[in-house]
Amino acid sequence: MSVRRLDPIQPNDFAFTPENLAWARQQIKKYPEGRQAAAVLPILWRAQEQHDQWLPEPAIRVVAEMLDMAYIRVYEIATFYTMFNLSPVGRYHVQLCGTTPCMLRGANDLKKVCERSIGPQGKVTPEGVFSWVEVECLGACVNAPMVQINKDYYEDLTPENFEALLDGLRRGRTVKTGPQTKRQFSAPASGAKTLTDPEIFKPKPQSTGSAA
Amino acid sequence: MLSDKDRVFKNLYGTHDWQLKGARERGAWDGAKAFIEKGHDWIVEEVKLSGLRGRGGAGFSTGLKWSFMPKKSDGRPSYLVVNADESEPGTCKDREIMRHDPHLLIEGCLYAAFAMRAHVCYIYLRGEYIRERERLQAAVDEAYEARLIGKNNIHGWDLDIYLHHGAGAYICGEETALLESLEGKKGQPRLKPPFPANAGLWGAPTTVNNVESIAVVPDILRRGAPWFARLGKPNNTGTKLFCISGHVNEPCNVEEEMGITLRELIDTHCGGVRGGWDNLMAVIPGGSSVPCVPAHMCQDLPMDFDSLKNVGSGLGTAAVIVMDKSTDIVKAISRISYFYKHESCGQCTPCREGTGWMWRVLERMAEGRAEHAEIDMLFDVSKQIEGHTICALGDAAAWPVQGLIRHFRHEIEARIDSYEKRGAEFVRAAAE
Repeated sequence: MSVRRLDPIQPNDFAFTPENLAWARQQIKKYPEGRQAAAVLPILWRAQEQHDQWLPEPAIRVVAEMLDMAYIRVYEIATFYTMFNLSPVGRYHVQLCGTTPCMLRGANDLKKVCERSIGPQGKVTPEGVFSWVEVECLGACVNAPMVQINKDYYEDLTPENFEALLDGLRRGRTVKTGPQTKRQFSAPASGAKTLTDPEIFKPKPQSTGSAA
Repeated sequence: MLSDKDRVFKNLYGTHDWQLKGARERGAWDGAKAFIEKGHDWIVEEVKLSGLRGRGGAGFSTGLKWSFMPKKSDGRPSYLVVNADESEPGTCKDREIMRHDPHLLIEGCLYAAFAMRAHVCYIYLRGEYIRERERLQAAVDEAYEARLIGKNNIHGWDLDIYLHHGAGAYICGEETALLESLEGKKGQPRLKPPFPANAGLWGAPTTVNNVESIAVVPDILRRGAPWFARLGKPNNTGTKLFCISGHVNEPCNVEEEMGITLRELIDTHCGGVRGGWDNLMAVIPGGSSVPCVPAHMCQDLPMDFDSLKNVGSGLGTAAVIVMDKSTDIVKAISRISYFYKHESCGQCTPCREGTGWMWRVLERMAEGRAEHAEIDMLFDVSKQIEGHTICALGDAAAWPVQGLIRHFRHEIEARIDSYEKRGAEFVRAAAE
């Protein structure tokens, strides 16, 4: 559990764009009649995306009304689920994994890079470019240590290549996502030792379906 | 040791085409119609015969779980829910399936849904897996387009697959919390019984399965249950995706045979332990929820459900976290405790209060700022959390602490002695 509160400074209101409204209505159709509350997570998420990656309080009320839910029920969702940013974040919101598998591969050194290069946790840099926060396991443990920035994962980090990555983003350059070293996703760094037999990739004739 | 010809996940490393065309070339969707024609119960029997045990951490017989679903509806629809909320520290295998071989998962959903007489499947992905979700949705769209799924598809069993996602909550990987979250509420687990097969999604019969469990089903049907059952060991059959992280020379994901020894796994696929096998301190064999196993017990240790249970640990998700002698083991376990504190949903007192309490005590023990008697007290409190909570997160928080005390008590005691020796003033503070 962690204490999560709404930001003291809130906009006066919030309204979905027509595109997002149409999208939201499509989402609701994925669930049975009367079960539209199921769409609360994806729709709140879309509200956050529309609002510079943070979720203001008026949006919580708008979503509640759209889904015929009590305000408190949507407020609960916004505070329970940690990916909802309840305060403004930077254009690049760096989420650094600090859980043990990443910690064992040097996540604490990356924290120092963040403090040096961006600033204290949870604060947006003056130009609004960066913010960073330590998060729990992001599920890329064999490519540790790593961070998530907005929608993408940046993996196999060292203090040097992480510093370079942040610098690239700062200068508006396109940065490669995934492993920041020459590595094929989650294969061993020196190359895959399995799935090397070319026989297994020879397309077999499609059968009518009897089990082998 | 597994040979390539027995591997299921041929695009594990994303070197080949993930789309329908590439997937078909690797064998996906081959023979699907004939399997459906064999009937619901035939599929359940094949999966039971294969010996497949759930790949999400609990290792419950998948075929048996499917057999709990009603054969005749009482008016309520049946649901298949796929648990793609992969959040167990150390685990990163389901994302590879979803982004590199999504059609294996989608095909598996068809067989699983048909087996349990469900026409709707929700795949719940963790919020952070955004690109994986986009990729999986694209594959689902391809499958609809080719009429492999959807209403009036070529296989004769209507199936709609919807992707849903979370927004940052490990607890939503617990099956009943997942259902709560899917329904649009906080991810707070339900009491079991009733089990989801009786009262699940919106109160309807539901089965929740892990991504990997579903994705191996097409190969089980295509190659036959005996093929899967022949691999691994009795009661621990088949292949498994292992995620090896931490202090090995080359961390990686690899598909191997169940029951491969830990040493063979690390030496063959990961370039060995950093600094050599003798530099090993301990291993967490199945994700952060299972107790650590110290180096002296790691020699010849088979990586399967039963063997690991016999040494007081568990296979869990087969997420192997390796720690060498440079590790501050107390800090490593303390950080795991912090994870559970953060992820506790807050619903029940032993977990809500206990996770934070255990972390604070462990932090003091990492410094040595503790009393010797607190070691037993910590163990005792962990025993009062374990088994006394609504869901297994309480157990999962307790077990790493117990593993640390069971195998590394001497380390904690040495810290305490060293702290006292340094003449620092010992503050007898009650752990809050």
